[in-house]
Amino acid sequence: MIDIDIEKLMHTTNGPMTLAIRTSIRLGELIALFGQSGAGKTTLLRILSGLVTPDKGQIRFRDEVWFDSEKRINVPPQQRNISLMFQDYALFPNMNVEQNIQFAQTEKNQQKVLELIELLGLTELRKRRPSTLSGGQKQRVALARALARKPQLLLLDEPLSALDAEMRSSLQDEIVKVHQLARVTTIMVSHDLSEVFRLASQVLYIENGTITRTGKPEEVFSDNSISGKVQITGTIAKIDRHEVINIVTVITGNNQIIRVIAFESDLETLKTGDQVMVYSKAFNPIITKLK
Amino acid sequence: MKMKIAHFQIPKSSNRRNMDPQFVQTLWITFKLAFLTTVILLTIGLPFAWWLAYTKVRLKPFIEALVSMPMVLPPSVIGYYMLVAYSPRNWFGEWLGRVFDVRLAFTFEGVLIASVIFSLPFMVQPLQTGLTSLPDTLREASYTLGKSKWTTFLRVLLPNIKPSIITAVALTFAHSIGEFGIVLMVGGNMPGETRVASIAIYDEVQALNFKAANQYALILFLVSLVLLTTIYSVNRKYNSWKIM
Repeated sequence: MIDIDIEKLMHTTNGPMTLAIRTSIRLGELIALFGQSGAGKTTLLRILSGLVTPDKGQIRFRDEVWFDSEKRINVPPQQRNISLMFQDYALFPNMNVEQNIQFAQTEKNQQKVLELIELLGLTELRKRRPSTLSGGQKQRVALARALARKPQLLLLDEPLSALDAEMRSSLQDEIVKVHQLARVTTIMVSHDLSEVFRLASQVLYIENGTITRTGKPEEVFSDNSISGKVQITGTIAKIDRHEVINIVTVITGNNQIIRVIAFESDLETLKTGDQVMVYSKAFNPIITKLK
Repeated sequence: MKMKIAHFQIPKSSNRRNMDPQFVQTLWITFKLAFLTTVILLTIGLPFAWWLAYTKVRLKPFIEALVSMPMVLPPSVIGYYMLVAYSPRNWFGEWLGRVFDVRLAFTFEGVLIASVIFSLPFMVQPLQTGLTSLPDTLREASYTLGKSKWTTFLRVLLPNIKPSIITAVALTFAHSIGEFGIVLMVGGNMPGETRVASIAIYDEVQALNFKAANQYALILFLVSLVLLTTIYSVNRKYNSWKIM
């Protein structure tokens, strides 16, 4: 178990806010941190990695105490055996792709480096410097580097945000695969509902510095009264109001466009950019294999 | 440590038949002084700039001001204080003489120490700026990957501030070559010991020996020009080399 009970005063653009997180995470899970920007997700990752010191509280990883404000214990990041994948990737500009990955290894193992390079589709880019890579390529290098350390806790800050739909989908598979293989406890910040549903076994929903909901993705995001047979999550791209009907255009995680007719009463709570679920319960959906 | 006891000697400016060996000797001392100043400052400056870049001590602005003082104070002020400190009548000079049998006033070693203090900002400031302009996440990423502060400094920070290191070294060297006031105050004008090119120029002009003054001046001019051109071309090359 990872037991977290911390408080930290944060200075945000909307004024001071207290991050007060109290939760326990089972080892081996893949946790998604979900919430609006500024809710404290990145700060929580930085606190877990030891880069930010909480004002008070405790963090315990298994039986190791990582932080205890009363006992004045604060284990430095180097000794926590974690990997943090940064939002800005933080690749070392003086090293090429391969060297960045090698740097992260505690014991040199070129075979593993090549495996990771292969796994993340970086073979062609091995000898390139980070400054010559695109955002998506940098993100893959950063992920490879984070994995190379073989951490006991993997922290990913929006790991796939810069990738196109196809690459994102294939890397989601890789994350699942890596997670299942190594059973490394993973905590991942994500803004993408479909990603959360696909990857996470648990969701921590953070609002204004506290966890307001936890559970499996279905439990956290869907109303329990819905017993829909088809559930698709996505983002509202457009709302067209016509005289008789209103059409809501929803774009799903894999860029599928769905048009839904909505009632005037529904629209009172919906606006463009909202994360929504499209579901059907009256009709049995038809399933067909893709050619 | 071998140090010479200072003794006053008035250079014979009128004796021009031996000008060539003296000319070479003066240039040798000039470059030896600049080279040693730069080496010592690089050794002290790197860890010091590292500490200064990331420290959170309250006295930081005061320490930064102290480091920058040589840039705003007349060299004669620093030279005066150095001379006072070196004097055997004060505790530092007295202690040096008693414990090490060393006198620093009007010796090459004394000038070297003064030069190190005087050029400190030219080494520390570019290094500190280079370090603070690196994204914090580079250091943090290295720490989270289990690397110590020392490994991070050597393998992540230093290689990424190469342009700042080159700038700092070239500026310090150029500035040490061009020193006048502090050398004159602390070292005087002793051929073979403390006489450097900038002082020799002044001396030759006083003696109306414009030909020799011209030679010194031209060499200083050219060396400084080459060094500064190096700095600017390095900066231009690395400007296209973005961190992120």
